[in-house]
Amino acid sequence: MKQSLTLGKVTKFMGLGFLTTIKDLFTGKLEKEDFKNFLRKVVVPIASILLFIGLWHMGSKSLYNIEAEFKIEKALNDQGPAAAEALRTCIASGDSSCQPNTLPSPSQVWSSYQSLLRDHNIISADKAAFIEKTAALNEKRLAEGKDAIVYTGRPSFVDQIFRSLQTVFAGFLLALLIAVPLGIFIGLSPTLKSSFNWFIQIFKPVSPVVWYLLVFMIVKTLLIGSSEDSSFTISFISVGLCSMWATLVNTAMGVSSVDKDYINVAKVLKLGPFQKIFKVVLPSSLPLIFTGLKITLSVAWMVLIAIELLAQSPGLGLFVWEEFQNGANDSNAKIIVAMFVIGIIGFLLDRLMLTIQNWVSFDKTDAI
Amino acid sequence: MSTIIKNKTKIITETSGFPSKDVMLDLKDLKKIYPTPKGDYVVLEDLNLQIRKEEFVTIIGHSGCGKTTMLSMIAGLNPISGGNISVLGKHIKGPGPDRGVIFQAPSLMPWMTALQNVLLGVNQVFPDATKSQRNDVAKYYLQKVGLEDAFNKRASELSQGMQQRVGIARAFAIKPKVLLLDEPFGMLDSLTRGELQDILIEIWNKEKITAVMITHDVDEAIFLADRVVMMTSGPKAKIGDVLDIDFERPRTRKSVLEHNDYYKYRKHLIDFLEH
Repeated sequence: MKQSLTLGKVTKFMGLGFLTTIKDLFTGKLEKEDFKNFLRKVVVPIASILLFIGLWHMGSKSLYNIEAEFKIEKALNDQGPAAAEALRTCIASGDSSCQPNTLPSPSQVWSSYQSLLRDHNIISADKAAFIEKTAALNEKRLAEGKDAIVYTGRPSFVDQIFRSLQTVFAGFLLALLIAVPLGIFIGLSPTLKSSFNWFIQIFKPVSPVVWYLLVFMIVKTLLIGSSEDSSFTISFISVGLCSMWATLVNTAMGVSSVDKDYINVAKVLKLGPFQKIFKVVLPSSLPLIFTGLKITLSVAWMVLIAIELLAQSPGLGLFVWEEFQNGANDSNAKIIVAMFVIGIIGFLLDRLMLTIQNWVSFDKTDAI
Repeated sequence: MSTIIKNKTKIITETSGFPSKDVMLDLKDLKKIYPTPKGDYVVLEDLNLQIRKEEFVTIIGHSGCGKTTMLSMIAGLNPISGGNISVLGKHIKGPGPDRGVIFQAPSLMPWMTALQNVLLGVNQVFPDATKSQRNDVAKYYLQKVGLEDAFNKRASELSQGMQQRVGIARAFAIKPKVLLLDEPFGMLDSLTRGELQDILIEIWNKEKITAVMITHDVDEAIFLADRVVMMTSGPKAKIGDVLDIDFERPRTRKSVLEHNDYYKYRKHLIDFLEH
């Protein structure tokens, strides 16, 4: 009983309340009157997922047929009926050399996902073997004051995910460190607010691509003569600059709209500016600051893909772009896998922020 | 109308009669003007009021007559347009902890516990005391308002009445020279209001801090006050009448209600308000 209570609390806290309902189903705790609830929270979502996969399957099948017919038609016109017939049997046999290139079906995507995982396992094994092999040598090299030999093989899909997460968190941290203090100053002073307003209004809608180019221009010059790879630096700075606006605007709004009663209390008690900010203004604007941070993190994750692609910085964006350029048979399916991974990670990041928000904020109403 | 004017002249001669060493709070020719596009809007004009040390004054008047404006001017939260306000002969400049305020809304920081809310003021006023001394002060006043079990409860978890108790504790704990109460019980139901009036008067009997309280409630005004100040309706509101309440202290609700003069006082106030 106690355990399920904590589970219920934790999942509700994280906005994953439906998990409890599923657990109740398996432990037989579901009452009859809960049936409607169960229908709404479990059955309908699962049905909608199945419906989605079904539609996707049919859609990809019909696209596949259109593409196949077109290919055969073209072979008939260019090379004659024999070639067309040969192509038809080739396509029907499922041979990978002649498959039409179109939207992959759910099953293709699933098998690509598994092949990506296999690939990851092979690469990890390689890497482990390499590290083991060079361990003794590296120790010697370090002792001699030389650089260690590092694994420079191709990164696996999972490595790319972690690289992307690193970039997004670095960018998010940068956005937080710039936008929150700046937002507090802007919110506190009407003069600063009016002098910064044009700045915010102009830069807020600028596209991630342009931010990337701007950061590229500056960082390239600053790092002149340095042999280090600047793609990570450039991409995380661009991500941060692109995504910080929501936090900036929300922080400024939160700070400038602190309940007048609290400000009056601070005035009557003659709190100093430092105390006023940390004891009154900041706690009371935390809910809005967190709303801003949540938007910032989701924007950061969204623009990351485009920026990695441009910056040629390793990560999911680059993965998607390379697969697209690659044009191999299962490239399209791998792109769809990346799409789902991006979506699911984005959702989990959002939940993570919600959990932190519920934790630190006094306002215990359910924020979605 | 003529009676009001007559009363006013009477008050001026009467209030200026206090020996100046007994005066805690002195409002002199106080004026409040809000400029509007259609010309100045005069809320208060030539308002004169003297309040003695250890006196409890309630102010009663119709909504919008400028009572709250006057109180927030005394608190220093609203700039003075003309005249001046002095505490113990010194003109006030802005807000300060020598004038504690109990607001209409409890105005507690909802993310702090009851104790932290009281300590916020105590730490500010007694910076030289040790941490445990300050804690003791805050706890003492929370005990006085009956919250000894709620020290570590967050303000957002307390009921409105409990929150206002914390508000009372916070105001008394900073040991102000003047206590300003802006309809502190206006938002509460009548049972809770009665409870809080008892708590307030109990602490006040001990501390005897000069108090100015705005209220809409005639019974509350009589029960708590040494003097009830009646304000005329705005614009250009001023003091219409002053009624001395001669009940001995400490008072109980029962003794007040059974007192022969109670209905006389009550009639006087209601006659003024319905005038």
